[in-house]
Amino acid sequence: MGMTMTQKILAAHAGLKQVEPGQLIMADLDLVLGNDVTTPVAVKEFEKIGAEGVFDKSKVAIVPDHFTPNKDIKSAEQCRLIREFAYDKGIENYFEIGQMGIEHALIPEKGLAVPGDVIVGADSHTCTYGALGAFSTGVGSTDMAAGMASGQCWFKVPEAIRFNLTGQLQPWVSGKDVILHIIGMIGVDGALYQSMEFGGEGLAALSMDDRFTMANMAIEAGAKNGIFEVDDQTISYVREHSAREYKVYQPDEDAWYTRVVDVNLPEIRPTVAFPHLPDNTRTIDEVGEVSIDQVVIGSCTNGRIEDMRTAARVLKGRRVHPKVRTIIFPATQRIYLQAMREGLLEIFVEAGAAVSTPTCGPCLGGHMGVLAKGERAVATTNRNFVGRMGHPESEVYLASPAVAAASAITGRITSPEEVVK
Amino acid sequence: MIQGKAFKYGNNVDTDVIIPARYLNTSDPAELAGHCMEDLDKTFVDRVQKGDIMVAGRNFGCGSSREHAPIALKASGISCVIAETFARIFYRNSINIGLPILECPQAAQAISDGDEVRVNVSTGTIENRTKGEAYQAEPFPGFMQDIIQADGLIDYVRGRMKQI
Repeated sequence: MGMTMTQKILAAHAGLKQVEPGQLIMADLDLVLGNDVTTPVAVKEFEKIGAEGVFDKSKVAIVPDHFTPNKDIKSAEQCRLIREFAYDKGIENYFEIGQMGIEHALIPEKGLAVPGDVIVGADSHTCTYGALGAFSTGVGSTDMAAGMASGQCWFKVPEAIRFNLTGQLQPWVSGKDVILHIIGMIGVDGALYQSMEFGGEGLAALSMDDRFTMANMAIEAGAKNGIFEVDDQTISYVREHSAREYKVYQPDEDAWYTRVVDVNLPEIRPTVAFPHLPDNTRTIDEVGEVSIDQVVIGSCTNGRIEDMRTAARVLKGRRVHPKVRTIIFPATQRIYLQAMREGLLEIFVEAGAAVSTPTCGPCLGGHMGVLAKGERAVATTNRNFVGRMGHPESEVYLASPAVAAASAITGRITSPEEVVK
Repeated sequence: MIQGKAFKYGNNVDTDVIIPARYLNTSDPAELAGHCMEDLDKTFVDRVQKGDIMVAGRNFGCGSSREHAPIALKASGISCVIAETFARIFYRNSINIGLPILECPQAAQAISDGDEVRVNVSTGTIENRTKGEAYQAEPFPGFMQDIIQADGLIDYVRGRMKQI
């Protein structure tokens, strides 16, 4: 039987010619990742193993991005613990405040993920690097500890759902709308334990930033990983960002899928996920009147340069609604600098938005934009669970940067088509 | 053998409600346990007793990879989680930290809140003593049994690394 992209990558990293869905394997890791919430627990577990050092100092990355710049004494203590660990073990890819970014925007930008890799991260959105044709998945802290010590991780070989993309995106429709549309279609457990494999001629219509956004949210359909076929755009991105060798895996022609889904890109409208699940989607035409208190543009899902440019196109020369707190956070220092050089930050500030240093803070209700009881936010983030951004009775509506920026101006969920004419 | 009272919840119980992110500035199990399930059921922490069993629907533990979620459940006294299906990271994390979990749609649907339930994790047998019913979950694959028998992933890896 033929293999999917994911099965081929896992087989190669387990030293096997062939793997079958359901097979348990031990695979070699190209990168092990953690952040300031998950790494402290991993450090405790790592110490129990009694290993002298990490398996490869160049293949571990630690990014303090969740409660940073530190929001309180407890989070400062957690960061101190992981900083000391990183220095003590000689970890080459520890990124301090001032150099760091939101991990899933930072890792590809630093060239630490390339096609064909097997990557685990103690953060569920580690699936982002599937955009590059890598197998990349979220694990917990204990798996991170074991991975740092041994350079290996056990996996159950997943089945896959194949998504064949066709056509071009309509104006103001982005990767975020495509993935929300797909999650709305298959449900929050629609790809449980499986890979989501994206390919087809429509791939060419999706930028790398679109693909990062889509792979990032594979976990919101329950998937083990999301993975994109590698094309010229992928290769030029990798050549620009990394000096590492890479290997391109294509799915076999006779690869078996549990389901094949055709996604016709021109049919997709700007899409919004209503509270309290990412699959509770409606097109912008079905939204109705939803007034809002806050807009957040950024995160590992939508904090990349194209997201900043899209938000700026909508906000340029306009003012955000006086009752809408608008917070924009470029995902890495490099994106921040680029947005500054392109004049985007100036557009944001003149529009009345607050611009923040990179942090995961508001997305998970940590800091820098926590919601009060009864408040509503439109966010370009990835989860709208109960209490996700603050009070359990607050509400999060997930949308693209274009919809979020348009909504910031009108004070209600709005199509960019209505604002920019 | 595990025995306790069932706490029953619905589908898609996510890790944000099991332990809200605002408490993740610590990894102390007792402190985490004090806020367990807070955004879904404020009374849980006061009612749960050591040995009690959580029962839920589909996709239990979806969302974040925070190991703090199974840690909080375990430290709160929960001895086993039974669900129709589990989100995969939560599944891994539970095995890795030694919180028994069983996938059993029949039990997840039949057990009511407050039922007295007895579980044999190694055989996957679930007994509902209130209703006088029994259900059978798939036992863990051998590889995972090895991890569980090694008392979690850390001891398992320690053993493996000694062999290398």
